[in-house]
Amino acid sequence: MASDHGRARRWRGVLTTPVGLTAAVLLVAVAVLTVLGPVLWGTSADAVDTRDVLATPSPEHWAGTDNLGRDILARTLVATRLSMVLAVCAITVAVAAGLLLGAAPYLLGGRAGRLVSAAVNVAVAFPGLLLALFFAVVFGVGATGAVMAVGLAGAPVFARLTQTLVAQVAGRDYVSAARVAGVGRLRILLRHVLPNIAEPLVVNATIGAGGALLAFSGLSFLGLGVQSPAYDWGRLLYDGISAIYVNPAAALAPGLAVLLAGLAFNLFGESVAKGFGVPVLVGAPELRSRGRAAAAAADAPTGTDGDPDEAADDVVLEVRDLEVVFPTATGTVRPVRGVSFDVRRGEAVGVVGESGSGKSLTALAVSRLVSEDGTVRAGRLRFLDQDLTAPDSPALRRMLGTSLAMVFQDPMTSFNPTRRIGRQLAEVATEHQGLGRAEALGRAVDRLDSVRIPDAGRRARQYPHEFSGGMRQRAMIGMGLMGTPSLVVADEPTTALDVTVQQQVLDLLAEIRAADDVALVLISHDVTVVAEVCDRVLVMYAGRIVEDVSAAGLATRAQHPYTRALVAAVPHMDTDLDQPLATIPGRPVDPAEVPAGCAYAARCPLADARCRAEDPPLVAAVDGSRVACWHAGEPLPDPVVRTAEDRTGLDALDADELVEAP
Amino acid sequence: MTTTSTPTLADAASTSAAAAPRWWEQPWVLFAARRALRLLVSVWVLVTASFAMIHLIPGDPVRGALGPTAPAALVEARRTALGLDDPLPVQYLHYLQGLFTGDLGTSLISQLPVVDVVGQRLPATLALAVLAFLASVAVAVPLGTLLGVLTRRGHGRRTELAFTTTSIVVATVPDFLIGVALVYVFGVELGWLPVAGNASAEAYVLPVLSLSIGPAAILARIVRVEMVTVLEADYIRTARAKRLRARRIHLRHALPNALTSALTLGGLLLGSMVAGTVLVENVFAWPGLGSTIVSSILNKDYPVVQAIVLVYGLGVLLVNTAVDVSLALLDPRSMIREG
Repeated sequence: MASDHGRARRWRGVLTTPVGLTAAVLLVAVAVLTVLGPVLWGTSADAVDTRDVLATPSPEHWAGTDNLGRDILARTLVATRLSMVLAVCAITVAVAAGLLLGAAPYLLGGRAGRLVSAAVNVAVAFPGLLLALFFAVVFGVGATGAVMAVGLAGAPVFARLTQTLVAQVAGRDYVSAARVAGVGRLRILLRHVLPNIAEPLVVNATIGAGGALLAFSGLSFLGLGVQSPAYDWGRLLYDGISAIYVNPAAALAPGLAVLLAGLAFNLFGESVAKGFGVPVLVGAPELRSRGRAAAAAADAPTGTDGDPDEAADDVVLEVRDLEVVFPTATGTVRPVRGVSFDVRRGEAVGVVGESGSGKSLTALAVSRLVSEDGTVRAGRLRFLDQDLTAPDSPALRRMLGTSLAMVFQDPMTSFNPTRRIGRQLAEVATEHQGLGRAEALGRAVDRLDSVRIPDAGRRARQYPHEFSGGMRQRAMIGMGLMGTPSLVVADEPTTALDVTVQQQVLDLLAEIRAADDVALVLISHDVTVVAEVCDRVLVMYAGRIVEDVSAAGLATRAQHPYTRALVAAVPHMDTDLDQPLATIPGRPVDPAEVPAGCAYAARCPLADARCRAEDPPLVAAVDGSRVACWHAGEPLPDPVVRTAEDRTGLDALDADELVEAP
Repeated sequence: MTTTSTPTLADAASTSAAAAPRWWEQPWVLFAARRALRLLVSVWVLVTASFAMIHLIPGDPVRGALGPTAPAALVEARRTALGLDDPLPVQYLHYLQGLFTGDLGTSLISQLPVVDVVGQRLPATLALAVLAFLASVAVAVPLGTLLGVLTRRGHGRRTELAFTTTSIVVATVPDFLIGVALVYVFGVELGWLPVAGNASAEAYVLPVLSLSIGPAAILARIVRVEMVTVLEADYIRTARAKRLRARRIHLRHALPNALTSALTLGGLLLGSMVAGTVLVENVFAWPGLGSTIVSSILNKDYPVVQAIVLVYGLGVLLVNTAVDVSLALLDPRSMIREG
């Protein structure tokens, strides 16, 4: 029932688009003409009038007359029936032959099946018209031959489609189950597979019918289709074009008819395919959701609250009240909601948090790399004393291109697959440092060497797919070293790598930092990694910094219940592996639905009424650490992180409600 | 680092590797060999099909060609001349032999060698197809790229809708109808351009236009979609992180990747363009293979039809192979990825 409703709604969706509606109306008109055309205009279409041959349009003959004085408009309308009948016959042949050929590999299996599908693949490569000509020769000139020709020429496409669809459905569990139960292939095909692929086949047949109509008129236009005295649109066109200088309407009327009918089928098919397949995004005006707006007002970060001290001289990156806003179909989301921090020269700052905490977006925002549909706002965003909220300029690009290095999460996709590694590195130097191609490439080889890519000269000429993941990540770091970076922003640089390679990449980052006093912002969900590499750790939750603590104090001096839960969730050497690993109950906050008050309250064992009503500000302590919690440092009810002793409560939870901390 | 010490397929790709693999193990050699083999098999299928065509025709093709009134002796003489009385394998062998020696038989109607007929008509068709292809690429790639940039994520919803609808409508119009419309507007009404033959440079304008408008619309659509997809890729973010100029990001980093995917579909398009010349030639009385094959089919001049089908088929196969090769040059991964 539900699916019937859904179907009806989708049909309505198709028919309410201007294109879908136009196509549907045209289709109905064509159908009506197919039935009524010959009945209504049959006699006038055949009425010969030798005194009025090849006449131009007139009130009696709207589209003029042909060389026997017959009315062109009447003939065009009457020809609807034959044109449609032939097109439908042809598409039937195409679908039938295509189904047979497409299902054959599944039914035959093994070598014979592969042979059929290979043959189909060869045939698909040939254009339909060429196949149609071939079959037209074999079947002879005439309507029957043309039906077979157009039909068989269309078969390979449907065979390919059927093959793909069958393979998809045949891979599903219930089909496999039926096979295991000993049901024969033919029976499976008829009972399980065909009903499931009927819908896409019908949609494609509709589009195909338009194609068949056009192909048929093409053949008739060449004189290879319908023969006199019968006539379809193509035949009328064939007769009309020879007289185009005398009466252009004789060619234009049937031409228009073919075009409209063909378009009707095509557009209808496309609309249906779109309506039933991918949901169309509607460009709705940006409505601000009330609840969220209220929440935004409530937790607006209050300027200087808990801000780090006024920026000192050695501050490389200065961030105040950073916000990132994205438009959505129903309003906007703010995945980053007021983040403030400084990074000093040579300092390594870690940013930890669960996915969706806004840590990666924060990294992108301070690097001016948030995708263009997002809006970045900040009270202050300065890097090396340059305002990063300023509009783009060549000077700013050069400064960022040479002073700010980025390392992304997935080295497999972060290099351009069509360009050589060396060139991709060298680009930085040619773009920003005015080096020539050869010089720049030389520097690229040098940098690859310095990130310990063996045989760097040869490697520089290779493509990314020839590098292993670890090498790519090192090459990416090398790319950042093409300039003279003051800051490296690394967004989960080791997440996609093998454990053995992770350490190499972390060592490399640490080395670079030590050698040139380069600052590092390391985004990670891995508390251990951050504690190892960084001086200071920012803990993010639901788009805000909830704690800013020294890496050394992370284990012992963390004040926020969330930080303490994260730390406790890390397994140690002495963790009892017979017990399930510790987890933080509940799920992270959806950026689209941030609750009022402290976002962590729902998962926090210390939460009270105040927490749910008022978002705690980020307050600085004497030692420079910061925390945003009404109950900072209060002892947690035991146990904070539930382990085996307290599993009863957890067992009730769904598996996906447990967010595993690393 | 362990990954680098063992010679892998990746290492093999370098030409200057110290422990270079033997030349026949180079990926591009393997790739070329596979492609050549595939081409060879396809050509064989094509040749066999064109040979089989004349035998699939019900009844006696010679009788059909000469008409029911032709004297039996003449029919018999022609049959013998064509070798139609020999056993099939012998005929097949002769056919293959003929192909290698450049003998495609004799026209049943004009008695001219088929090779001469094809040789005479081929250049006009080739010129038309190549010009139309260049024209559609020259329009579609910049247009698709521009629209891809304009309609990338979060931009130009209206532009996208307008372009997509227009291109679907334009692409649906068959080339011969575009031809008829062009003849009417520019030939009949305005009288600006010649509508028949290929005697002058102006005579090329309308046929090339009618052949290229539809494919250009489809190709532009594909390029746009690929461009939008590619602009979301991680390596585009890397390029932005390098602070390259937008133009460089779009043209150097995004476009080659977008074209790589567009090329496969573009190849099919080009193939259909080769066949599209048949209809367009008949609209414009173009003295090429397309008008010849149609008149030959109507006259049942089978040797000529056979030869032209073969030429068209070869054209399509060569185009497809060329597409594969350029794909490999643009995106080296495709050499290894493809079996």
